[in-house]
Amino acid sequence: MAGEAEQSGGLVIDPMHQFQPYPLFGEGPLQWYTVSNVTLWLGVAVVAVFALFVLTTRGQKIIPTRAQSIAELLYSFVHDMVEEIAGHDAVKFFPYIMTLFSFILVANYIGLLPGAFTTTSHIVVTGLMAMAVFLTVTIVGFALNGVGFLRLFWVSSAPAALRPVLALIELISYFVRPISHSIRLAGNMMAGHTVIKVFAAFAASTLIAPLSILGITAMFAFEVLVCGIQAYVFTILTCVYLRDALHPHH
Amino acid sequence: MEGNIVTMGAYIGAGLACIGMGCAAIGVGNVAGNFLAGALRNPSAAPGQTPMLFIGIAFAEAFGIFSFLVALLLMFVLAG
Repeated sequence: MAGEAEQSGGLVIDPMHQFQPYPLFGEGPLQWYTVSNVTLWLGVAVVAVFALFVLTTRGQKIIPTRAQSIAELLYSFVHDMVEEIAGHDAVKFFPYIMTLFSFILVANYIGLLPGAFTTTSHIVVTGLMAMAVFLTVTIVGFALNGVGFLRLFWVSSAPAALRPVLALIELISYFVRPISHSIRLAGNMMAGHTVIKVFAAFAASTLIAPLSILGITAMFAFEVLVCGIQAYVFTILTCVYLRDALHPHH
Repeated sequence: MEGNIVTMGAYIGAGLACIGMGCAAIGVGNVAGNFLAGALRNPSAAPGQTPMLFIGIAFAEAFGIFSFLVALLLMFVLAG
């Protein structure tokens, strides 16, 4: 298990070792204020997002530079997604969704660097973001629709006899949202990185080393895909939940 | 031979919970396959429906995530 992995220099074979937070300075137990490797890589992700979106678009040109066009592509991609999925009146939530998307995307890709810590593989990080989305959706839903937001659970297109049963199912699925929302991202990140590390451990044996290096390469390419898709899925689900808050009619 | 029967049961349960992940994989494959079947019949309408593909995959995957959660709980809460 991860907790039993011993802290030692160099490469460690234990595949779960990479997910272990440790204090950057000194020893001792982790407190909420301890500066750990999680803090470091969260900070790196924030700085990278800042560099991508602020520094590259500072001297805006008509003909964009490569970095500027990446930022503009991501911007219009998320803007179109919010408008298409959540509706036109959801555009006022666009800054929030854009922040979520760019942070998750950048944090996922930074986690792929060898030696980096994948911050999004921890349920603490993703759970916080999912809980924030859940609370936003609930508060916005009640603020805009009042008690009418509860119509979300009352499927008026279903037969009358089925409606109480459906209401119960809808209610459960509503409260399960932050769990599935957060664990989807964390689980995908964790599983992929663990598989890469398991293949890396096979490389210790000379006999199967070429095969395992092929395996690492293939899994890494797959992970590059998964990192993008999971950031996209997190964002698109945020849009779907937001659409429920804005238009709770089935 | 160490440990107790609760730990053993928890680990076996965690392994059994992984069956749920396989079932979620069937669901995800079903969604993607049907999307592809529809997209090949009407390729011009496919790009507009790609978000729906991902939403469907995400909802199908959610239940695999619950089995993963059960496995994690068994391994780290009950056995750990």
